[in-house]
Amino acid sequence: MISIDEKGYYGKFGGAYIPELLHPCVEELRLNYEKIMTQPDFQEEFHHLLRDYVGRPTPLYFAKRYSEHFKANIYFKREDLCHTGAHKVNNTIGQILVAQRLNKKRIIAETGAGQHGVATATVCALMGIECIVYMGEKDIERQAPNVKRMKMLGAEVRPAMSGSRTLKDATNEAIRDWINNPSDTHYIIGSVVGPHPYPEMVARFQSVISEEMKKQLLEKTGKANPDAIIACVGGGSNAAGAFYHYLNDEDVRLIAVEAAGLGVHSGETAATSAIGTEGVIHGSRTLLMQTQDGQIVEPYSISAGLDYPGIGPLHAHLISSGRAEAISITDKEALDAAFFLSRTEGIIPALESAHAFAAMNHLDYNEGDTIVINLSGRGDKDLAAYTQALD
Amino acid sequence: MNRIKTLFQNKKEDILNIYFTAGHPNLNDTATIIRELAHAGTDLIEVGMPYSDPLADGLTIQQSSSVALKNGMHLDLLFTQLKDARQHTDIPLVLMGYFNQVLQYGPEKFIRQCVDSGVDGLILPDLPLFEYERDFKALFEANDICISFLITPLTEDYRIRKVDELTNGFIYMVSSNATTGGKADADQQQIAYFNRIEKMGLNNPRLIGFGISDHASFSNACQYANGAIIGSAFIRNLEKENDLRMGIHRFVSGIRQEVHQ
Ligand SMILES: Cc1ncc(COP(=O)(O)O)c(C=O)c1O
Repeated sequence: MISIDEKGYYGKFGGAYIPELLHPCVEELRLNYEKIMTQPDFQEEFHHLLRDYVGRPTPLYFAKRYSEHFKANIYFKREDLCHTGAHKVNNTIGQILVAQRLNKKRIIAETGAGQHGVATATVCALMGIECIVYMGEKDIERQAPNVKRMKMLGAEVRPAMSGSRTLKDATNEAIRDWINNPSDTHYIIGSVVGPHPYPEMVARFQSVISEEMKKQLLEKTGKANPDAIIACVGGGSNAAGAFYHYLNDEDVRLIAVEAAGLGVHSGETAATSAIGTEGVIHGSRTLLMQTQDGQIVEPYSISAGLDYPGIGPLHAHLISSGRAEAISITDKEALDAAFFLSRTEGIIPALESAHAFAAMNHLDYNEGDTIVINLSGRGDKDLAAYTQALD
Repeated sequence: MNRIKTLFQNKKEDILNIYFTAGHPNLNDTATIIRELAHAGTDLIEVGMPYSDPLADGLTIQQSSSVALKNGMHLDLLFTQLKDARQHTDIPLVLMGYFNQVLQYGPEKFIRQCVDSGVDGLILPDLPLFEYERDFKALFEANDICISFLITPLTEDYRIRKVDELTNGFIYMVSSNATTGGKADADQQQIAYFNRIEKMGLNNPRLIGFGISDHASFSNACQYANGAIIGSAFIRNLEKENDLRMGIHRFVSGIRQEVHQ
């Protein structure tokens, strides 16, 4: 059985490695999140919003031309069709409802690709709550359309200027903000990372993805389970959501796809499980890219949402125990996969999701296998990178 | 005996603890800074192990840490520098950093190095209490290395009791809920917090830290605890001064003036 223990560990990964200053914030959440999210009125409001506001259930689409090409039965879980364009909103809807029930008046978030920032700004607008999004200065440049969307939605975008000026540093800044504003603020983390209870709470909000997948696949194929599920992993929230209800179904292969950047051993990579070691990042014991002295190494990927030197503790556990397989994909392979998908299926994927699609070229599977690829987001935000690749 | 324990046995008030980041402003300033701080009348020194992602720290310590890392600071070098500094002074030395640094270095090797280089205590703000108790307490105690845990205005009483039970040396009392380097206004709420802790009758002495920057805030803090810790203000001063030695002496006597009268 794969599950979290009472101290917040999946196997040896997880926990809460936080300064005492953060303890009251995290403890309030830990003591209350489960009670809150299992209450009937919470569940009702959550599912109502997922249906009428987000547009769930998202389709499980049989990709005919794509399947013919790869000689397998390939389905896409269409998270790109969620309101705001990615799976991130499943989690922000859940967390804003938690924040309201904790009487929080101010929301902070970190963002890499800007999808989580947009999803947070969106639910804050929906609920009329103040919203501050920390974003690495480098990501503000490369994901400009999402910065404009956040501002239009009324959020304040604060640049993170330290370190690699990407997702890791935005997360540091958000955590510092929370330390300085412990009573009125809720921090909506955008992935299955951070101190317990975040990884588990976010995974549970995202688990709606695999809950729907199970029903949809059975309806469409009569099969209870696919042979494999493929998802990209930045922190790992879309993958956690896509894997969640299959974690204990050993017949389903779980494929976690990481960003290799310029190559796993190029020094310019974000392939955490390939070159990472066990340590502590953002309050969680997990796999991360670090030096022998425990300094966190600055990652690199063309995809802002995967440009992170750690992975969530659930994935660290799944990969090190052999339950999940990790594949790493370079910038170039992801770009090629994005163009191939666009031209075979008429779907422009997010750069993050494109990594999951590129993994088809590395996966060894049997002809006729049923494979679900989690299409975590749409590619509008990445047009600049795609156009540049075209030239 | 451990130098931290000796200090607190012999001195009960106006204890001045100064923090600096090892490797900043220059890679090899560590021994000089320690020696001059000791000469100038500091009671205890906290040596920051620069970290790439110092979550609990404000801008000043973040920046000094990244300068130190760019200068090439790393743990083996730091232990060598501390060994050198130890030749010249008996001042208690505390290493402050993040748990991942100790974890990667190897806790046993780390503690052995502390013993060999004359380090007396550690502060690891993100090491969970239960994990210290389960995995490291025996190791620290066997080697007579102290550990200080932090409490804040929002730490519940039951946790303060636990901190008091596990701490040996001194409790690090954070003045307000903020990252390092902020302002410490002695407002009513803060005084109520200081008094509440005083009344708890804890076993360990207490030092107040975060936002102490000058003799006014230092002497105020000393009314409510055994002393206080200055970090960011000292680092900013190091950056301002051309002459390391002179700057340190000016800073420490500036802090001390009122309290010593
Ligand atoms: C479309 C999309 N997919 C995937 C990710 C990666 O995050 P996670 O691994 O948490 O799903 C992001 C992050 O920004 C994203 O925008």
